Amino acid sequence: MPTRALYLLPLAVFLVMAGYFALGLTKDPKIIPSALIDKPVPAFKLPPIEGGKGNGFSSDDLKGDITVVNVFASWCIPCRAEHPLVTELAEMKIARVYGLNYKDKPADALRWLSALGDSYYATGADRDGRVGIDWGVYGVPETFIVDRFGKIRHKQVGPMSPDILRKQIVPIIRDLKK
Amino acid sequence: MTAEIGHFALILALLVGIVQAALPLYGAHHGIRPWMAVAKPAALVQLALVTTAFGCLMQLYITSDFSVLNVVSNSHTAKPLLYKISGVWGNHEGSLLLWVLILALFGSAVALFGANLPPSLRARVLGIQALIAVGFYLFMLLTSNPFQRITPPPLNGNDLNPLLQDPGLAFHPPMLYLGYVGFSMAFSFAIAALIEGRVDATWARWVRPWTLAAWCFLTAGIALGSWWAYYELGWGGWWFWDPVENASFMPWLAGTALLHSSTVVEKRDTLKGWTILLAIVTFSLSLLGTFLVRSGVLTSVHAFATDPARGVFILMLLIIVIGGSLALFAVRGPALVSTGLFQPISREGALLLNNLVMVTAAAAVLLGTLYPLVLDAVGGGKVSVGPPFFNAVFIPLMVPMIVAMAVGPLLAWKRADLAPALSRLWAAALAALAVMALAWAAMTGGPLLGVAGVGLAAWLFVGTLVELASRIRLFRDSAADSLGRLRRTPRAAWGMTLAHLGLAIAVAGMAAAGAWKTESIQAMKPGDTVTVGGYAFTFDGARAGRGPNYQLVAGAFRVSRDGKPFVTLMPERRVYDVGQRPTTEAAIHTTFWGDLYAVIGEAEGAAGAYVTRIYFNPLVAWMWAGVLIMVAGGVLSLSDRRHRVGAPARRAGAGVAQAARA
Repeated sequence: MPTRALYLLPLAVFLVMAGYFALGLTKDPKIIPSALIDKPVPAFKLPPIEGGKGNGFSSDDLKGDITVVNVFASWCIPCRAEHPLVTELAEMKIARVYGLNYKDKPADALRWLSALGDSYYATGADRDGRVGIDWGVYGVPETFIVDRFGKIRHKQVGPMSPDILRKQIVPIIRDLKK
Repeated sequence: MTAEIGHFALILALLVGIVQAALPLYGAHHGIRPWMAVAKPAALVQLALVTTAFGCLMQLYITSDFSVLNVVSNSHTAKPLLYKISGVWGNHEGSLLLWVLILALFGSAVALFGANLPPSLRARVLGIQALIAVGFYLFMLLTSNPFQRITPPPLNGNDLNPLLQDPGLAFHPPMLYLGYVGFSMAFSFAIAALIEGRVDATWARWVRPWTLAAWCFLTAGIALGSWWAYYELGWGGWWFWDPVENASFMPWLAGTALLHSSTVVEKRDTLKGWTILLAIVTFSLSLLGTFLVRSGVLTSVHAFATDPARGVFILMLLIIVIGGSLALFAVRGPALVSTGLFQPISREGALLLNNLVMVTAAAAVLLGTLYPLVLDAVGGGKVSVGPPFFNAVFIPLMVPMIVAMAVGPLLAWKRADLAPALSRLWAAALAALAVMALAWAAMTGGPLLGVAGVGLAAWLFVGTLVELASRIRLFRDSAADSLGRLRRTPRAAWGMTLAHLGLAIAVAGMAAAGAWKTESIQAMKPGDTVTVGGYAFTFDGARAGRGPNYQLVAGAFRVSRDGKPFVTLMPERRVYDVGQRPTTEAAIHTTFWGDLYAVIGEAEGAAGAYVTRIYFNPLVAWMWAGVLIMVAGGVLSLSDRRHRVGAPARRAGAGVAQAARA
């Protein structure tokens, strides 16, 4: 009976949706940040910020020594709060700190860096956010620690606090150095 | 002790809920009157118990009892009292408690004011309400207990997200929940009707006030949320197609459709199965809204719970409630016989068109909200479809609907002629053309969509007035006769007229604010001037200060127009002591033609320069005014005599109580 089938349609649509929900639930939002942990960094090559210094950086630069990749943007308010800590980390000279400028306008980024200080070893501009997607960036700031084999070993989501810097980031880098 | 009393009351409420579900439903099936009669006292006891639990949690917040985890996570001694109270529902566990409190409120409203319902229908409605409540009690007690203790208790709490410390947001969730949960009444009535196998005009008259009340609350709640986003987020926008906004918008669309189709059931005894389905879908979307926000399936600013155990529980709940009711619909729906026949061009046809557009729009929003989730589930990665998708789908749907909205009320029931209806709308067409020409001349070079939008608004506004005029036979009878007809026009008809006028005003606001917003973002030193929307904003510098629980920087802008001083705007930037999170407090000056909107950002270098954002948002106030008028229309319709038939003795009371007098 076609009418009866019509009355069944809403149930069928809902069941399909429920199936997708169930699948969606298996993806824990908390897992996403660590999905890249212990994986090699995605291959990428970033140009420098337009009009700025340096030659950008690429995945090849993240091999051979312990490095830190800090994702920042001038439009991001927490980044500004975090920036002095990034500077502090860079000045400890325990790892090279790279800056990944995420979805930013070059002029804004340069103004931001000149106002707050540029202690990055090198910066790369990810204007359309393509590289950010590969890195699983879903909010700015984020900070990655990469070991000397080019594998991501730690990911900090959101701004570092002095506590996080001293009790998590620095000890992890020290451990990797051993 | 307070926490234990609250916890205990919640457990008791669960037990009472089980009794309220089991006995009346069984009793109604077998015609056992005393068992059916259990529903009324049980509903009242449930309300008393949930109110106790809610009161306990509020007491814990007010006294800052930091031995309770929920208070620790969401409160702080330095927080102003209002936000200690609103903190009760500004978090996952507390918001669920509010949910069940409102559910119990609606349940006891049926128990108290539903004396004119047939006993079996009332027993079934209350039984189904109790089933929903039991699901939520279990969810709270098993996964999200608001009364969880913590040892050792910390000295102070973590504070409420400062974005939520705002008067607009203090009342946004309760409004929204009154709407969501209000649709549970329509749902319970629909399921009861499916069980009884009977849907008729009287049924529609019983359901309508509940739907209308829920719709009013939801409309007001959505507007409040949008208003909050407008002044608090500091980007001058008022709708972001954020998943959580969508979650409240979908039940609104479906509920609006339900409101219109239940009229058809009442007046013409047709579209029954469709109306039942809409009632189920509307409440399902309300539940889904709760699910999307709470489960962590979608992450967003609003999502305060990201716990997979909760997600699994909610999914089970959804499958039981939605799947179960749709299965019942599939089995019993075909038995509902509609007697009224109608031609496509008729009042029914117009209302059906409204329904189709609303439901399609709801489906589109659902798709846009869930598509990223679906794509992620099949391994496509995380994406966001964002405003471009929604605008591309929404605008083509809404334009024909608004065009038809002016025509629909002019059509007769059953069968109508389009030509005479259209010919009566010459004034509306003229008004639309005039407004479009004016907008075109005033805003040369602006997007055409804005011009079309205000034109549509004028069409609908004047078209609705034309309908009112033809209803009272203005200019065709003597003025006295027309006045008499105006006076005798039922409130429900006035409600429709007001709601449609309100929508017209809101559409004008949305179109203008969307199309002709001007903005300017720059670094400004004291003394600098920028001109936005014809107003000159001179920055007078900023000073630091202190609020109750935050540091602030307040900037001052002197605004002048044509060289004459106009107003001074004082936007603030706050950094809250706990958590050090900054928020912006935009300074807004509303004028008839638009809002002047200024935001102060970060200090920029030395010399007192700041990043500032200045906007001119045309006709934004029209939007809120229009929505308020829509809600007023709903409330007016709610007070219509026809909803009070059967309870003629009582006249006093308002809102929910009035709705209850079905």
